[in-house]
Amino acid sequence: MTAQETSRAAAPLDLGPAAPLQAARATRTIRRLPVQRDWPFWLIVAIQIGILLGGIALWEVAADYGWIDGFFWSKPSAVYVTLIKFFTEGEAWTDIGFTFRSTLFGFLLGTASGSLLGLSFWWSRNYAAIVQPYMICFHSLPKLALAPLVILVFGIGLASKVAIATALTIIVSALTAYAGVKALDPDQERLFYSLGASRTQVFCKLVVPFCLPWIISVLRVNIGLALTGAIVGEFIAAQHGLGRAILYAGSTYDIALVWVVALVLSTLAVAMYGAVSWLERMLRRGMKQ
Amino acid sequence: MAAKLRLDQVSMAFKTPSGSFQALAPITLTVSSGRFVSLIGPSGCGKSTIFNIIAGLLQPSRGRVLIDGTDATGTIGRVGYMLQKDLLLPWRTVLDNVVLGMEIQGMPLRVARDRALPLLRRYGLSGFEYLHPSALSGGMRQRAALLRTLLFDTDVILLDEPFGALDAQTKLQMQEWLLGLWADFGKTVVFVTHDIEEAIYLSDEVHVMATRPGRIIDSFEVTIPQPRQRSATLAPEFIAIKERCMHLLSMAHKAALGEAA
Repeated sequence: MTAQETSRAAAPLDLGPAAPLQAARATRTIRRLPVQRDWPFWLIVAIQIGILLGGIALWEVAADYGWIDGFFWSKPSAVYVTLIKFFTEGEAWTDIGFTFRSTLFGFLLGTASGSLLGLSFWWSRNYAAIVQPYMICFHSLPKLALAPLVILVFGIGLASKVAIATALTIIVSALTAYAGVKALDPDQERLFYSLGASRTQVFCKLVVPFCLPWIISVLRVNIGLALTGAIVGEFIAAQHGLGRAILYAGSTYDIALVWVVALVLSTLAVAMYGAVSWLERMLRRGMKQ
Repeated sequence: MAAKLRLDQVSMAFKTPSGSFQALAPITLTVSSGRFVSLIGPSGCGKSTIFNIIAGLLQPSRGRVLIDGTDATGTIGRVGYMLQKDLLLPWRTVLDNVVLGMEIQGMPLRVARDRALPLLRRYGLSGFEYLHPSALSGGMRQRAALLRTLLFDTDVILLDEPFGALDAQTKLQMQEWLLGLWADFGKTVVFVTHDIEEAIYLSDEVHVMATRPGRIIDSFEVTIPQPRQRSATLAPEFIAIKERCMHLLSMAHKAALGEAA
């Protein structure tokens, strides 16, 4: 075998099929590894601001020259005037406060009770098996479709908005916490039991700390869902809130006001998202993971 | 010497879709106080099943587990049990991991920490006390896990392949370290391993197991006096024991193959 190989190596010309291969080798294109250079941070920011300002300017010009219908689309200068009026004459702070409170309460209530529900499945596999299908059902149900019912039951005040926000967040939290419970290493539990631990001890010292990263990971999702719930609740029936303000503005053809409230609403969303992200970082640092 | 741990006709059968599977034939095993006893055998010979039964995590189909002469079948927290994985809690510092057993037994955390700190320093974890396990090497993590088992303060300690996942060099160091600990604490140790040389080097007594059903096919004493030097592994007596073990294990292996064919 070895001798044969050696003789072949000594007589490369015998290898007929190798000739096309060598031709291909001669014409092979030599390429360099594509390298992407990172632009400096200030340049990225400058371009972002440029796009924003350019968009606003284009919108203004388009409305002035009649390229778009100024009545339906309004224009930035009108939006600016309405913004000042909204904060000086309107009920801006009442509305912001109302929406903020419904969102926050719904978020807290939904996240806390959902997480507890998910963790509770650790205690009994039978109980978990019984409750599972109901949870999946409720999860796949478009909960906003029930909003009119919720308004009827809880009234048009804060309670109904909190209820909708809670309904949107509770299942996500429960399913995520339960995913944490299921990811628990059975050997880890066996270790605790071999040390003579009680069920309560395993729950408090192992299950809860183990599932905390799971629970924390849904905080940012939940704040967005809670805000959605609060706004939809206000759309249907409310006396205050940014959702009601948008609905009111739309039904009175005050398009500039729609833009203003949408702007305020996104600012609120970004602020709450930022606060929750900060909370998440603090919690993770606290756990040192 | 008094029997510290005794398995009395312990057997285990698992129900499977195709009937009943005999994981352990009735096994009787007596371990005297302060002895270091090893179980060696192929995978699936029921070593871990025996450990789970002794630790009370599994109810045997038949038979009893006696600790100090009293029936301890199906009771947990009577023996220290260390698995191959270190199972350190990533959110706790090394110190707080090591005190876990004492904490579960209701000892105030401060007292438990005060007791653990000098031991951590003495047994090679000095400077790691307040770090989290992720910062430790595999060998260091196993040390912490073993100290956690020791500090649980039971007379009997079960070690299920504690060094199985370590590299050869670290494994040798850990064996020396374990022998030192054993000499200091005077615990009764039951040790499971795949490694024949490790079993003989560490133990007073070796039990060789076979599969289908899991059973002990031979038991013998290692008469080389403790404490042992590493060079003892080269002594004719050591090699004779090793050959005997290898012979038994290959016989068991052939028998298992014959049965399967």
